[in-house]
Amino acid sequence: MVNWIWLFFIAASFVAAIVNGRMEALTEAAFEGAKNGVTVSFGLISVMVFWLGLMRIGEDAGLLRKLAVLLQPAVRLLFPDVPKGHPALGYIMSNMSANILGLGNAATPMGIKAMQELQKLNPDKETASAAMCTLLALNTSSVTLVPTTLIAIRMTYGSAHPAEIVGTTLIATAIATAAAIAADRWYRLRSGPPAWRSPGSGGPGAVRPLQAPPGSGRSDPGGKGEAVV
Amino acid sequence: MIVFIPLYAAFRKVPVYESFLEGAKDGFGTAINIIPHLVGMLVAISMFRASGAMDMIVSLIEPLMHRLGVPGEVLPLGLLRPLTGAGSLAFTAELIKTYGPDSMIGRIASTIQGSTDTTLYVLTVYFGAVGIRKSRYALKVGLFSDLVGFIAAIIVCLFVFGS
Repeated sequence: MVNWIWLFFIAASFVAAIVNGRMEALTEAAFEGAKNGVTVSFGLISVMVFWLGLMRIGEDAGLLRKLAVLLQPAVRLLFPDVPKGHPALGYIMSNMSANILGLGNAATPMGIKAMQELQKLNPDKETASAAMCTLLALNTSSVTLVPTTLIAIRMTYGSAHPAEIVGTTLIATAIATAAAIAADRWYRLRSGPPAWRSPGSGGPGAVRPLQAPPGSGRSDPGGKGEAVV
Repeated sequence: MIVFIPLYAAFRKVPVYESFLEGAKDGFGTAINIIPHLVGMLVAISMFRASGAMDMIVSLIEPLMHRLGVPGEVLPLGLLRPLTGAGSLAFTAELIKTYGPDSMIGRIASTIQGSTDTTLYVLTVYFGAVGIRKSRYALKVGLFSDLVGFIAAIIVCLFVFGS
């Protein structure tokens, strides 16, 4: 998918450059882009190193576990079909806590662990259960308190108030998360009986066998300031 | 925050400096790992801009967006965001560089980038890890929440930073 997007950018640029007679600018722009890539990354280093160091202290001090306890009632509401005391719930709480703190490198393994536990409860091993869809909905719209990466980029380009977008981001992400939970609920209720009672109801959302991209099992580089190591 | 966390951790008998170094190493690795992604994407986006292709696309949707008082430049970001984290981050960086971090476009781009996630990537990693092949409605829900986040980011920014 990303391959095609990348190729599209380059091919479309080439065609547009011919149309607009900007061939020379094209080559220059390519090298300029490469230079910017490195500049941005270097701007990220200081913030990432400091912030993730700080967050690791918090993690070791058990702040993640504390947050997980706070989230317990919410998790019970969101995952009614997971039996009480099932290990999946613990991983889900850790995953959500790590997402909130912007610890992507902790969130992804926890999320995968939660998925594996949910898979044990899932009667149809090839079709996502309702609980799995809910967990995914939470992760695709994850609430982050501090978008570290963005603050770093804004600092790099000399923003007067690099952190002024924290508030707007928080509001927008809360709305997106609410929408995700609402949509997930709606589909969950609409799909009525679980998928395994009506064979082959993969639905329009069915996808081909998934192959994780190289270097996965980690968070998405450039996601939300999470770590990829 | 910067003072509270280490103090609390020290109270809980955590070797604070060692913990900090552990996390900091991770952070460094992350930033270094992002470089190839960012370079690759920024080269493509930079070419896309210089060739005039971006202007062509933006000028197509500009009138519509303009009527709503939304800068059309952020629209491609909305399309990129669910597909590629590094690509959209690169695009955001490019917008911030071009228009300035404290411009309306810069603020909106930052907010969009921070309030949505790379749905396709998350789905691939999570479901791929346990061998789920039929994702049912998960993709629809994820994309829907991205769309809501995108619109919410624009509205919230115009409301908060608008004059």
